[in-house]
Amino acid sequence: MADLRVHVGDLILRNPVMPASGCFAIEYREALDLNQLGALVIKSVSPKSRAGNPTPRVAETHGGMLNSIGIPSKGLDYFRANALPPYTAYDTPVVVSISADTAEEFAAACAEVSLPEVAAIEANISCPNLEADGMAFAMAPDTTYRAISAIRRRTQHPLWAKLTPNAANVAAVAKAAEEAGADAVVMGNTVLGMAIDVRTRKPKLGNVMGGLSGPAIKPIALRMVHQCHRAVRIPIIGCGGIATAEDALEFMLAGASAVQVGTASFIDPGVMQKIIDGLQAYCEQEGIAHLRELTGAVQLDRQLTDRWLRFAQQSG
Amino acid sequence: MNAVMSEQPAARIGTGAGCAAQVASHRCEVMEHRWVNARYKYLRLRAQAPLARITGCGQFYQLRCPVSERQQPFLLRPMSVYGTGPEDGTVEFLYNVTGVGTRALADLPVGGAMEIVGPLGNTFGFEADYKRILVVARGVGLATMAPLVREAGNNGVAVTALMSARSPADLMREEFLRGVEAQVHSVYDSDGSSAVEHIEILLRELIDTQAPQAVYTCGSHRLLMLLQRVLADYPQIRGEVAMEQRMACGMGVCLSCVRLFDCSKEAGKQDMQFLRVCREGPVFPISTVVGEVEFG
Repeated sequence: MADLRVHVGDLILRNPVMPASGCFAIEYREALDLNQLGALVIKSVSPKSRAGNPTPRVAETHGGMLNSIGIPSKGLDYFRANALPPYTAYDTPVVVSISADTAEEFAAACAEVSLPEVAAIEANISCPNLEADGMAFAMAPDTTYRAISAIRRRTQHPLWAKLTPNAANVAAVAKAAEEAGADAVVMGNTVLGMAIDVRTRKPKLGNVMGGLSGPAIKPIALRMVHQCHRAVRIPIIGCGGIATAEDALEFMLAGASAVQVGTASFIDPGVMQKIIDGLQAYCEQEGIAHLRELTGAVQLDRQLTDRWLRFAQQSG
Repeated sequence: MNAVMSEQPAARIGTGAGCAAQVASHRCEVMEHRWVNARYKYLRLRAQAPLARITGCGQFYQLRCPVSERQQPFLLRPMSVYGTGPEDGTVEFLYNVTGVGTRALADLPVGGAMEIVGPLGNTFGFEADYKRILVVARGVGLATMAPLVREAGNNGVAVTALMSARSPADLMREEFLRGVEAQVHSVYDSDGSSAVEHIEILLRELIDTQAPQAVYTCGSHRLLMLLQRVLADYPQIRGEVAMEQRMACGMGVCLSCVRLFDCSKEAGKQDMQFLRVCREGPVFPISTVVGEVEFG
């Protein structure tokens, strides 16, 4: 048996496979043994109560789906009393994902969930920043820095920054998160999109726009993981369209230490176990003793372009 | 992964930590697949697992519709169970060929294979000692309630069916009853008899003269709202509706399929909750439905 353990900062996970926030809830214990996963990432909770977005909240697209759920929340007290306990009953690190409207609200919420039974906090800074006209914190390095450093001052817990692929320069955003004290970055989240029903002429989502996920966005997410890998020294958790062990391996080779699986669970609620089994099988086939050695192990030929240019000079 | 081996699928809710997985993907063989009229197809699948024994009235499965050159559904398609058995592994569906998923499904050949996930959702409340039930069906709603009609038939419970359709050609009376004896009242758009005012008179007459213990409906928001109004005058009657909503995960995870319900336990104390159609439902008490404006 290959060693599938991976390190995310000080945390050691039994394998790199964990759910993506928002695509996982305790109901999946009916389809999976949660003691086999690398970590359990709970759907984002916000300190303020929210009803969520109007329905329809989901629409299918080619090779993916759009969603505009909107992070419905009953607040942190309800979360601690009712939502969190079932997850902590497992022998698997629990990651609490926090969403908030302002940097201060983020910091206070993260401090409140810095509980002994919580292994790490994922700051979902891909959510709208009310202090910047609703533009997500992770859209820019400065707002990312402000949010993450505010949180860092208030918690000793491992802190993961969940970045958005909608940012123009994710490497700069990842760098800002690292400088602000994040222990890891999660790259990434859904890509902002839209769909219209041509018969009714209505948007397919109640919220008009929503986040695109699934295999359709995988190459984008993979590219961004690699860009982050080149920019930061903290671990990267890859996320975006991962549905198979091969997808997970791609993300690790591009630079990810661990991966999150989201939309694929909606197609097959047992898919995370299949990915874990597939990683084990790959290691055995390839004679890999420690899976974590694959992180960033993509084979790049840095002289290729130069050689090609010399070669191409032969043409007319 | 094993399917739950229980006579009561609803009992799976609330399993503790460390329990083995219970909701599984089942690879099924297509045993029969044919048109029943111009718009509806009948599909019979056979799985290795004893789906007939673990599937309750009103539950649904998520279907992995086949991808073809013409149709490329991405998400699974929730579909209520039309029937189960007699073999342990047999589960049946009756569906309207209408969108990408069902058009893809319609191409599935006999002898082919398809994965389904489930059974999912809750079940209709039904007591074997009822004397009579009233079912109010329209369109694809009859597929959802067909297992209930069979259950009533098996238990010697009398069935009154109020069936609404565009025209006599769309009624699917035999498909609904499947040999169960029932008193059927058919109403149609084509002759105007399906108008709400007409159905209300008929409904009140049926309830007053037959005193059913339970009324079930599926397939029409208009009929649901009418029943909510009428049944408010008969609080002793169990009234249930199987609801629809756009879904993704089908297991209560993604929160796509919520609807607003009035969960007040006592009069005057409002307790409005967003509930997941896939998880707390698809069957809800008719009285709790909040008649919503159309969101799409």
